[in-house]
Amino acid sequence: MKEIYLDNNATTRVDDAVFEEMRPYFCELYGNPSSMHFFGGQVQKKVDEARNRVAALLGAEPAEIVFTACGTESDNTAIRSAIEAFPEKRHIITTRVEHPAVLTICRNLTKRGYRVTELGVDGAGRLDLEELKRVIDDDTAVVSVMWANNETGVVFPIEEIGAIVKERGALFHTDAVQAVGKIPLNMASSTVDMLALSGHKLHAPKGIGALYVRKGVPFRPFLVGGHQEKNRRAGTEATSSIIALGKACEQAARHMEDENTRVKGMRDRLERELMTRIPNARINGGGAERLPNTLSIAFEFVEGELILLYLSEKGICASSGSACTSGSLEPSHVLRAMGVPFTCAHGSIRFSLSRFTTDAEIDTVVRELPAIIRRGREMSPFGREFLAAQ
Amino acid sequence: MWDYTEKVKEHFLNPRNVGEIQDADAVGEVGSLACGDALKLFIKLDPQKERIVDAKFQTFGCGSAIASSSALTEMVKGKTLDEALAITNQEIADFLGGLPEEKMHCSVMGQEALEVAIAKYRGHGVPTHGHDHLHDEQEGEIVCKCFGLTDGFLKKVIAQNRLHTAEQVTHFTKAGGACGGCIPKIKELIAEVLGEQVQEERKKPEKLTNLRKMQLIQDVLEKEIRPLLWADGGDLELIDIDGGTVQIAFRKACAGCVSSGYTAKFVEQKLRDLVSNDITVEEVEG
Repeated sequence: MKEIYLDNNATTRVDDAVFEEMRPYFCELYGNPSSMHFFGGQVQKKVDEARNRVAALLGAEPAEIVFTACGTESDNTAIRSAIEAFPEKRHIITTRVEHPAVLTICRNLTKRGYRVTELGVDGAGRLDLEELKRVIDDDTAVVSVMWANNETGVVFPIEEIGAIVKERGALFHTDAVQAVGKIPLNMASSTVDMLALSGHKLHAPKGIGALYVRKGVPFRPFLVGGHQEKNRRAGTEATSSIIALGKACEQAARHMEDENTRVKGMRDRLERELMTRIPNARINGGGAERLPNTLSIAFEFVEGELILLYLSEKGICASSGSACTSGSLEPSHVLRAMGVPFTCAHGSIRFSLSRFTTDAEIDTVVRELPAIIRRGREMSPFGREFLAAQ
Repeated sequence: MWDYTEKVKEHFLNPRNVGEIQDADAVGEVGSLACGDALKLFIKLDPQKERIVDAKFQTFGCGSAIASSSALTEMVKGKTLDEALAITNQEIADFLGGLPEEKMHCSVMGQEALEVAIAKYRGHGVPTHGHDHLHDEQEGEIVCKCFGLTDGFLKKVIAQNRLHTAEQVTHFTKAGGACGGCIPKIKELIAEVLGEQVQEERKKPEKLTNLRKMQLIQDVLEKEIRPLLWADGGDLELIDIDGGTVQIAFRKACAGCVSSGYTAKFVEQKLRDLVSNDITVEEVEG
């Protein structure tokens, strides 16, 4: 069965051109960029090229890019660095809908005496900037707000937030793992001090990430040891993966318009068709600005894991905000923060598209899903009551 | 992805006995939309009202909840009510070739629905597990506020499945799986139940030889005490036994823990209850 892969916010396929770009750096050009000989030097040149390409996608200077192992490392590094740079400040601001890569480290820091404020969101997943203005003070070391939410695709007004943060002299970090490659970003005219990105969300392999650190922003490394990355991240460079990330960023820039026109068009069509064909469905984050590729849709009276298992039988790969898929017992913290009604919080499904998604694949989902939801509702005591009342 | 057995997959893809029985003799409902799973079970008896001739279900829940319901309805057919009541959640899981431990609460839900249905049919008080919001009376004390589970229910599941850790109790009943506020209480219930079980199985011997006493002390430490410490990332090591004096050293999270004094007292009480009244526990460096 050929898969219909609509789970690109979880991970993406490596682009063929990206794989070709990295391939020689395993068995042939395996030199260490730090070496003094020509064999390492030629790899150094490719690493430099990759840094230029990542910087170009972000509208940043190459020297502002630090390669890391993943988005989580970038987020952890940014927050630790910020609090170590301002040891006298003991307050951190983030949001209730952050990825665990940010939320967990912030919550752990409360045990070390930090005050952490988690900003709430409204029913559409939007922040209240007045709340940020109220809670930020001179004790705030860092504000960490994601650029776009992984579950709903809701995009936060990063520059408006940054303006408030800068006025108070705090550092501003953003987890842009879901935004990079999907929407245009420009650090040259941004208020962002640090930005985390992850390779495998934009058609590079797993195990490579980057942290943008604005020139002049105080920085403390997380990993110490060798002098790599200008002493900002020790450890021999993952050369092949870095080269792959560079190529993936170059490709993302080239496909940015496609992402925001054709891919967005397919997402919009999927959303429209499902809302027309399936009663009692709602879009999570529907009232907010969203990423062009993400659709989080909740179905009343049916449980999310069951929907995913039935979709999977048809070759369709999606994910869910349901409790049962994660082994936790509550719906996702994002949906709970948005106050999604409990009648449908357990039945939320996320479809996330990519430039490899086709119209025919969307057609298949539109054809199969209504019957799956109906079948799940017919099995459920609440679904049956609902269907009988119709 | 969950490692579901082929049998589980087969049952959620092709569930048996979905629907309702219009003239059912017994109906049991447990769970709610808010909890994330719910089961409504219908049972039809033969004209002599002895054996179950048909069973149907409606379930709101994940794949393993559907499969557990399907399995349950297949298992009860042809059984008397007493035989049906004797089905344990483990037997439901075994019928399906096993369930991931995190999903064991699905099998427990099936067993609960069956109990509720039969109790209602017999006109007995409906057993409350708490998280059945259809019942307004509550037996016992609510331990888990998030899922509304009582101590009586939790103790039953702990005893039947011989659960040793709070995490297991969460997997089997959901208790403690949301805010986590009741986890200390769950640990107390585990200690209580396991203590009861051990006492039932081997009454404290009247007179012990030294060798037998040492064996028993080792046995209790291994089976009853260390698993509880592991659950909190701690551990202990038996250093020496000299008559009634048991020397132990705390390891991992217990080592240097501010409440290790209480833990030592707990170990002593446990050994006194299960082995001999003259035992004293000493914490030593080692």
